[in-house]
Amino acid sequence: MDDLLCEFLTETNESLDTVDNQLVRFEQDPNNAKILDNIFRLVHTIKGTCGFLGLPRLEALAHAAETLMGKFRDGMPVTGEAVTLILSTIDRIKDILGQLEATGSEPEGADADLIDALHHMAEDGPSSSGPELSEVMPADETAGTLTYQVLERPLRPGEVSLDDLERAFRETEVESTAPATPSAPEVSAAPVASKPVAKAAPKKVEDAPEGDRVANQSIRVNVDTLEHLMTMVSELVLTRNQLLEISRRHEDNEFKVPLQRLSNVTAELQEGVMKTRMQPIGNAWQKLPRIVRDLSSELGKQIELEMHGADTELDRQVLDLIKDPLTHMVRNSADHGLETPAERVKAGKPEQGAIRLSAYHEGGHIIICIADNGRGLNTERIKAKAIQNGLATEAEIEKMTEAQIHKFIFAPGFSTAAAVTSVSGRGVGMDVVRTNIDQIGGTIDIKSVAGEGSSVTIKIPLTLAIVSALIVEAAGDRFAIPQLSVVELVRARANSEHRIERIRDTPVLRLRNKLLPLMHLKKLLRIDDGTASDPENGFIVVTQVGNQTFGIVVDGVFHTEEIVVKPMSTMLRHIGMFSGNTILGDGAVIMIVDPNGIAHALGASVLTQQEMADENAARASAAERTSLLVFRAGSDQPKAVPLALVTRLEEIAVDKIEISDGRYMVQYRDQLMPLMQMNGVTVGKDGSQPVLVFADDDRAAGLVVDEIIDIVEERLNIEVASSQPGILGSAVIKGRATDVIDIGHFLPMAFADWFKRKEMRAAASARSVLLVDDSAFFRNMLAPVLKAAGYQVRLATNAREGLVALRSGQEFDAILTDIEMPDMNGFEFAETVRSDNRLSGTPIIALSSMISPAAIERGRQAGFHDYVAKFDRPGLIAALKEQTAEISRAA
Amino acid sequence: MTTVNHANESALTEYVTATIGGQLFGLPISRVQDVFKPERLTRVPLASNDIAGVLNLRGRIVTAIDMRARLKLPKGEDNRPPMAVGVELRGESYGLLIDAIGEVMKLPDEGREVNPANLDVRMAELSAGVHRLDGQLMVVLDVDRVLEIAPDKLAA
Repeated sequence: MDDLLCEFLTETNESLDTVDNQLVRFEQDPNNAKILDNIFRLVHTIKGTCGFLGLPRLEALAHAAETLMGKFRDGMPVTGEAVTLILSTIDRIKDILGQLEATGSEPEGADADLIDALHHMAEDGPSSSGPELSEVMPADETAGTLTYQVLERPLRPGEVSLDDLERAFRETEVESTAPATPSAPEVSAAPVASKPVAKAAPKKVEDAPEGDRVANQSIRVNVDTLEHLMTMVSELVLTRNQLLEISRRHEDNEFKVPLQRLSNVTAELQEGVMKTRMQPIGNAWQKLPRIVRDLSSELGKQIELEMHGADTELDRQVLDLIKDPLTHMVRNSADHGLETPAERVKAGKPEQGAIRLSAYHEGGHIIICIADNGRGLNTERIKAKAIQNGLATEAEIEKMTEAQIHKFIFAPGFSTAAAVTSVSGRGVGMDVVRTNIDQIGGTIDIKSVAGEGSSVTIKIPLTLAIVSALIVEAAGDRFAIPQLSVVELVRARANSEHRIERIRDTPVLRLRNKLLPLMHLKKLLRIDDGTASDPENGFIVVTQVGNQTFGIVVDGVFHTEEIVVKPMSTMLRHIGMFSGNTILGDGAVIMIVDPNGIAHALGASVLTQQEMADENAARASAAERTSLLVFRAGSDQPKAVPLALVTRLEEIAVDKIEISDGRYMVQYRDQLMPLMQMNGVTVGKDGSQPVLVFADDDRAAGLVVDEIIDIVEERLNIEVASSQPGILGSAVIKGRATDVIDIGHFLPMAFADWFKRKEMRAAASARSVLLVDDSAFFRNMLAPVLKAAGYQVRLATNAREGLVALRSGQEFDAILTDIEMPDMNGFEFAETVRSDNRLSGTPIIALSSMISPAAIERGRQAGFHDYVAKFDRPGLIAALKEQTAEISRAA
Repeated sequence: MTTVNHANESALTEYVTATIGGQLFGLPISRVQDVFKPERLTRVPLASNDIAGVLNLRGRIVTAIDMRARLKLPKGEDNRPPMAVGVELRGESYGLLIDAIGEVMKLPDEGREVNPANLDVRMAELSAGVHRLDGQLMVVLDVDRVLEIAPDKLAA
């Protein structure tokens, strides 16, 4: 009998016992969909495994039982009869398994009676299956099953009998003297452990003396026992820490030496207990080669399975939970991912497809990757299915990127397989995979390239018992946030690069050009004590759940600590914000925040999150909120310039300022930087002078001002245009009339050719550009820039005006347009232009204050050739040059 | 729970007595694990009002039930630290916060009466009967019912 079969036997026995249990519970509570799902999955797994091991009798039975249970799932009433029938099927399966264990092969025999009864029941409902039932179902069998159930009642945690404890020690010893060798495959794992063995052992002895090899080669330890041991060790560590603390306070004591020894022993013990829980991931992979081989013959495909890093160790509890998902994903790859040899040859690929499994450690996590070189995900089919299942509307899907669409395969009940096969397609699919991964605080990600294959990456913690967590404070209480989901920490402060901004009362953080939605932990937990929490300051824990990134605002951050996770009391388990609690080194109990729960609380689905952020950004630009640098120069009246135009703010010592060629100069970063003055600004005699530095490529110019006042975020609305050179006009900023200066006026003062250098050379003949922007400020700012670069500029204050200009017969080499405009926005404008035959060849460049991948994608679909940030002058010129150059090439 | 002996009419049950809001309560001693002084109680955000918090009792995490809140009694005025009676339910540990712990009493089961009709409804809900003692009533606490806290009773 091979290892695979051994493992199958022990595992299946356990699964069946669980099914027994669950079924009895289910009969009492037929409306509990959760129990039904559990049973269904268990039977599904049994069926699947039997199929691969070539056990047709078992497979047929399990398949029939599964079909009936599928009916229950679809709403067929659950009757005692039906449950009894399934129970008797399970008894039959056990019977076959017993003989299988004794002889090593499936016994001859037919199960048509049961299978027929099951099919009958599934097709005609409970009433008609009465007669068959009485034949196949002697009453005493049921009784037997029920007694089982009593025996199987799980031990109450903390109710560890002496026997258990003794066994635990015995077994721990065994494990540590012979550390779990990767080759000992039977150290398989299932939470129900030990009980079935105790029950099965005598039977095996009677049936087949050689059969109990299964039990002899390894010793199974109840997870609860290990758990208890672990708790005790944690407690020991805690007590040791307290002792060490006391000993530190009393200088002269003879405890020091023995205490040190106690400390070392404790650490070793802790490590040892941890080790008993660790197993190589290869154990979970063991079945795969066989499965793949069978699949390849069944599906008529040539499949090579590569496995890397099989000796990577992880906690057995984790291993248990990922075993099924892994098998499922490999099956998926073989069934859906890889093409048939003929298709592969046609696509120019080698006939043999490959599935590659790899595992490696990274920090406190293990990364598992399942990749195939098949056809990749079928985006169209996923789209259709997502719409069909009501997961998204067509309009929403249109806006999504491929990666976002691919994520739908993790949605519950999602299966794109057209037909139910014995391999897959019952809707027990990637959602189960994801649920299992979520349960252990892992993340799952899928990447797929059409025609080249897909890969699924799973990131999971090494152990569930001890996790690394960030200890934070909110409203005076401490909380732990699992390090696994923490991406980075940001200290937000007013006036710094990272500050908390508000978009319609929603706090956000601008981080590397992305808007990050923020949640205040204390508000989320409704423990806001009202103590002054500065709205602009705080610590932000940037957290990632799936592909959703958000910031959790906390009052303080302490340190990271390895914490022992303890489940929440059942009375508190309904609180989705916590995944458990833990005892800290100082003895206090704190809650472990569940990032998944917070992500849910954010309200938006994982998929739409990024778009929401983009939308928020768009809204922000619609309101024309611009960061402005406010300063004083020459007069008391404040002046302002868009912050984005300023490269740096410098304080330059007056004695460094020199006069050359009648102009002020300063040596700045190994170069001579000319300084410009505004009217009325004088360079002082000593001290230092604030200077705004504008840089472009390799040169920089400084604007000398008297004082830098503030950086504000304001709606910039130039109300009064100015006739004074260097001033665009006046706007109300922070309640004061402020001059908005025209940088375009000053820069040529420093370098006469500031705007002309390369651009002029490139533009041999004047090209014309239509600039559409509803904001006078931007029209005024960009027009001189474009003119200086050698373009003829025609201005339009809105999209309609732009269309009139385009249709007036004047030819333009390029169109520049704002996105957010009243009436007709930039996207609509672009679509209109694109649909006009005469105009469709003219390149359109979008100008936006917010650039994000989703916005760019949207713009690309609307027909934009390029997407440029409003303040990115070099980028704009470059884009214009490129687009107009293409036109001339094409011409 | 109780040491009922049908042959012997005078079966006795031992009760740990406790006062909550001035009222005397009795808990069957078979249900009581220990009595302790709750220290370093950590509040649990979003939990029901009846849950005072969680604490570490010799390495176990114990959920503390605020019995005054559970009985819908007003909060104690003095901030005197309460005592806690440790009980278990389905393998989980709970601590019932009470005002003061009293003596252990051995009382005959036949002396236990059904809840008097005029018993405060708040108490009647959690009571498994009463004993008439000299000059006062002792309400027998039904521990299982005390621990039935509906999860939807969120502190909104």
